Amino acid sequence: MHIPDGYLGPLTYIPMYIIMIPIWFYAGTWLRKSLKSKQVPYLALAAAFSFVIMMFNVPIPGGSTGHAVGSALVAIILGPWAAVVTTSVALLIQCLLFGDGGITAFGANCFNMAVVIPFIAYYGYRLISGKTDIASNRRIIGAGVGGWLGLTTAAGIAGFEMGIQPILEHTADGTPLYMPYGLSVTVPAMLFGHAFFFSIIEVLVTALAFAYIARNDPTIIFDYKGTAGKRGNVKTTATA
Amino acid sequence: MDRVLKRLLIVLVVLIILAPLGLLASGTAFGEWSADDIQKLVGYVPSGLQSLSSLWNPPLPDYGYPAAPAGFIGDSLGYYLSAIIGAVVGGGALFLIGKALTKNTAENNE
Repeated sequence: MHIPDGYLGPLTYIPMYIIMIPIWFYAGTWLRKSLKSKQVPYLALAAAFSFVIMMFNVPIPGGSTGHAVGSALVAIILGPWAAVVTTSVALLIQCLLFGDGGITAFGANCFNMAVVIPFIAYYGYRLISGKTDIASNRRIIGAGVGGWLGLTTAAGIAGFEMGIQPILEHTADGTPLYMPYGLSVTVPAMLFGHAFFFSIIEVLVTALAFAYIARNDPTIIFDYKGTAGKRGNVKTTATA
Repeated sequence: MDRVLKRLLIVLVVLIILAPLGLLASGTAFGEWSADDIQKLVGYVPSGLQSLSSLWNPPLPDYGYPAAPAGFIGDSLGYYLSAIIGAVVGGGALFLIGKALTKNTAENNE
């Protein structure tokens, strides 16, 4: 889902940067206000983890490849605004040092992977978990489903951004200037690869790691409001 | 160190050790083709795509070390180097940012 330079024209990549500026700014403000010193090592770990998980390319039928992103997990554990920061940093390193994702497309890539995934995943997880206990099976399922929804939605949006290029920017005779494929190709292709393959990996990563943290040290979870008495009952079996 | 943090760090190290598995997928992700791939797919290279695609020359293109020997071993060395640099730079940046942001409020949060 790392859109390279040249796939999006300025009519798309400039607005995507403009959308991201207030989001980055607010995410920084949120982090300054909400981050606990106990969470700092986890914030660092989250950025490293996001970077490494994206290196696990998986082949799918049709010769294409892709990977999980890991920002659903970060959103559920440290908060979606923290995931905006950690995923944007991982994407910036990927773009500048490794040429994975374009410099012009950096705003769009951050919107798709550092905003859409965390927020869809977090609110999907919240909706499913309701008021259940932090380590309940329903919450673990919620984390997994949130991961699937987040990555799949982001893939559809990335497909949309690429697919509108032939309509937005073309020469006088209609030849596309940037991504040559239209919406009827890009959206189904992005949704197929993610919905049936890469998002499944996101589900496993999110649910397993969430279950491990929720059962062993839920105090790391940013919106955990547990009572002291409950901690005696948490299971200690390692799942990750 | 906190037991959970320590275990998660071990998981990260294991993931880095396993990272070259990600090299086994030989295809290209949808919409991440090179200009040459596009030429083969649609028969031409859109002019805007052509001019933007060479905008940036990264030091470790595609998570590889350009001077590494060809083949899976060489690719794996480049991949390891990339995974370690990415994890250290990303983790280090967030650690410093996090420390700076919580400097004044550390006591209140404990």
